[in-house]
Amino acid sequence: MEEKKKPKIIPAKTPVPEQAPLARRSNFKEVSLGYTKELALEEASRCFGCKNRPCVGGCPVGVPIPEFIAFLKAGEFQKAINKIKETNLLPAVCGRVCPQENQCEKFCTLAKKHEAVAIGRLERFAADWERENGKGGTPPLPPPTGKKVAVVGSGPAGLTCAYDLAKQGHKVFIFEALHAPGGVLFYGIPEFRLPKDIVRREIESLRKMGVEIVTNAVIGKLITVDELLDDYDAVFISTGAGLPKFMNIEGENLNGVYSANEFLTRVNLMRAYQFPEYDTPIRVGERVAVVGGGNVAMDAARNALRLGAREVTLVYRRSEVELPARKEEVHHAREEGVRFELCVNPARIIGGNGWVEAIECVRMDLCEADESGRRSPKPITGSEFQIPVDTVIMAIGTGANPLVPQNTKGLALTKRGYIAADEETGKTSREGIYAGGDIVTGSATVISAMGAGRRAARAIHKYLSGEK
Amino acid sequence: MSAKIIEKKLIRPPDVFYYKVSAPLISKKARPGQFVIIRLNEKGERIPLSLADINPEEGTISLIVMAIGKTTSEMATMKAGDEILDLCGPLGQPTHIEKTGKVVLVGGGFGVAPLYPIAKAFKAAGNEVVTVMGARSRDLLVYEKEMNAVCDRVVVTTDDGSRGIKGPVTAALEQELSKGGADLVMAVGPAIMMKFVCRTTEPFKVKTIVSLNTIMIDGTGMCGGCRVRVGGETKFACADGPDFDGHLVDWDMLLGRQKMYVAQEKESFEAWKKRHAHAVSEGE
Ligand SMILES: Cc1cc2nc3c(=O)[nH]c(=O)nc-3n(C[C@H](O)[C@H](O)[C@H](O)COP(=O)(O)OP(=O)(O)OC[C@H]3O[C@@H](n4cnc5c(N)ncnc54)[C@H](O)[C@@H]3O)c2cc1C
Ligand SMILES: Cc1cc2nc3c(=O)[nH]c(=O)nc-3n(C[C@H](O)[C@H](O)[C@H](O)COP(=O)(O)OP(=O)(O)OC[C@H]3O[C@@H](n4cnc5c(N)ncnc54)[C@H](O)[C@@H]3O)c2cc1C
Ligand code: SF4
Ligand code: SF4
Ligand code: FES
Repeated sequence: MEEKKKPKIIPAKTPVPEQAPLARRSNFKEVSLGYTKELALEEASRCFGCKNRPCVGGCPVGVPIPEFIAFLKAGEFQKAINKIKETNLLPAVCGRVCPQENQCEKFCTLAKKHEAVAIGRLERFAADWERENGKGGTPPLPPPTGKKVAVVGSGPAGLTCAYDLAKQGHKVFIFEALHAPGGVLFYGIPEFRLPKDIVRREIESLRKMGVEIVTNAVIGKLITVDELLDDYDAVFISTGAGLPKFMNIEGENLNGVYSANEFLTRVNLMRAYQFPEYDTPIRVGERVAVVGGGNVAMDAARNALRLGAREVTLVYRRSEVELPARKEEVHHAREEGVRFELCVNPARIIGGNGWVEAIECVRMDLCEADESGRRSPKPITGSEFQIPVDTVIMAIGTGANPLVPQNTKGLALTKRGYIAADEETGKTSREGIYAGGDIVTGSATVISAMGAGRRAARAIHKYLSGEK
Repeated sequence: MSAKIIEKKLIRPPDVFYYKVSAPLISKKARPGQFVIIRLNEKGERIPLSLADINPEEGTISLIVMAIGKTTSEMATMKAGDEILDLCGPLGQPTHIEKTGKVVLVGGGFGVAPLYPIAKAFKAAGNEVVTVMGARSRDLLVYEKEMNAVCDRVVVTTDDGSRGIKGPVTAALEQELSKGGADLVMAVGPAIMMKFVCRTTEPFKVKTIVSLNTIMIDGTGMCGGCRVRVGGETKFACADGPDFDGHLVDWDMLLGRQKMYVAQEKESFEAWKKRHAHAVSEGE
């Protein structure tokens, strides 16, 4: 890339068209409409094409960012998407849900003084362009190697691992416990952030590559990992971190208290927002409290609004800067009218006749972050207050589901119950068994799960080719 | 994986049906006390159903379903040859079967059906197995013949006295325990019945296992919707259960949580009945 004259600095990101906050509060359509061709070209022109590629270092899978943006600038959209796909199987997903401000965009040269190049939006544009122009083909496949691999769980880690192995000519079977593949992409992240159609299409292209997906297959129950090893040459475990945590406070089992997993599964996987056309019900009522500050909490809060709640309050025990959610989601949630009660922790849930009536919270001291990072917030005595609510959604994190570990002999686990696996290869304590994604790291990100799937695929391929 | 219905029978008019379903893999793995989750079609909900029989040689499982709401009534309109869109299992922990001596099984209504494979297993483990089964009247009894074939003794009770002893199962259970005692009691049926069975066995200090029927979605421990309090701890019925020590269960919480969606369930059922008036009037 030549840089003859100093490029002009355009300090701010090209805004992306969005549904207006009030309108989108009452529908489940995607909030961000994505760049048009013109807007994408405008945004692409902000990129300097830096030779030292700092942005690439911030991307967990090393998407060749300056190179793909250069193709966009030249109007070579197919080449741009091909470039991205060299390292990223799900650009339409990542462009939408990556926490870019902590990853690629954080390291963008422009971000030092101005707003970073909108790498995520550009990535999404390229992927959407390909889909809309019907160009998305599958890569050429080598002759079959005769090796068979079982992938357990069809979230981003499992899908990526399956893709990379299929590309090497191995026969891959994905086993998924639920009736639909996609993991959190399907049952957790809402339609208005990640249309399910996009996930379905990505999975369809995997099927076209010969990957078989077996749904309703709970590994550990229907078939154990050890039994899989009888039929398959290797197993990759990517079952995610799906075990919902509760706070163990009074009133948590009242009717009207949901885990975020249950709430989001009802809405996304079971389409409770279309009840009674779809059979699965959900109850939100007028007022909702969501406990937590991550993406999951934002998703639950914004879903609650869309299901007709009049007032949604997010209760988080730390301060604004520490909200772990993507900045864009926090911003969108505020725009849509979610109320934030920060530096506040729930003390108990109050009920009448078995139903939630209010949540009692206490304000926290030492809540603002200091230099050293996180201090531990302490409750301020006497600061208790109540928020009247019909529904409480607990979005305080998840743990490792013990189902697979419990039923797999000799699989080493970490102290917290996750599968112990080598970071570079996904190797576990058992030969032929690899693991990656949230079941190894605990709840993380889509792109880091994909990275783990990719690294494990590389190691599995080596293992299958006889290089140990 | 979808699954074909191989056989269907109306076993207790008008609303309790027997289904034999092709499920080769599940039938090989399933143990008494486990359950499956089914989804009938694209718009359907996921509902849990106990295994009423497991036949690995044939590659089938049996389900006994009472049509009480939208999904179960829709299932009642299905016929042999039809496909259940999603069949997932076996789920939950199997019933703990060992030789303990005398086991008394208590079934209410069609809750007797899931006790059938459990009775067989306790018998095969060398126990004396007595079943106490009850219903409102004789027409509502199911599985009496089957239970007779595998148990040492079957005590039948009906509320109206139209068959067996007149009165609730708990009265017959109390008699059985005062006469001959028991080393283990296991109850399956409506939550309210299980609660009273536990009250009945408490003074006798007999360990009492119950199979809890909470509302479930995934059935794998992912959603927490099925949570129950047992011995002061929160447990997930689908993953830790469905069997628990009945004397430790918080029954009021269970009964309360089962009512979470009563209004919506009614709405959904009414809407379905309107759309399917024809199928319903045909009965089967
Ligand atoms: C609501 C929500 C919002 C999020 N938002 C974002 C975001 O905006 N950006 C971001 O980067 N990350 C986000 N995340 C985190 C991200 O989705 C996860 O880190 C990522 O999906 C992990 O991928 P995975 O493949 O490890 O597991 P998962 O996506 O959890 O997939 C695991 C799959 O395995 C299946 N499974 C489990 N047990 C078994 C078994 N025994 N047998 C067979 N199958 C089994 C599960 O059903 C599931 O389909 C969000 C998470 C949630 C819950
Ligand atoms: C482990 C377990 C085993 C079961 N075994 C059997 C069985 O062998 N035969 C049988 O007929 N029934 C069984 N049930 C109950 C069965 O799941 C419910 O009858 C069924 O879900 C009702 O659905 P519906 O749409 O027909 O009725 P609805 O009108 O929707 O519900 C009627 C009642 O069923 C319960 N229910 C509703 N939805 C669910 C759900 N998703 N999960 C669990 N319960 C729900 C609620 O208490 C509700 O009030 C079992 C339940 C559990 C948890
Ligand atoms: S995959 Fe995510 S982190 Fe990597 S470039 Fe794309 S948006 Fe950035
Ligand atoms: S750091 Fe920013 S400006 Fe430089 S190449 Fe990457 S995206 Fe472009
Ligand atoms: S049904 Fe979801 S955790 Fe038990």
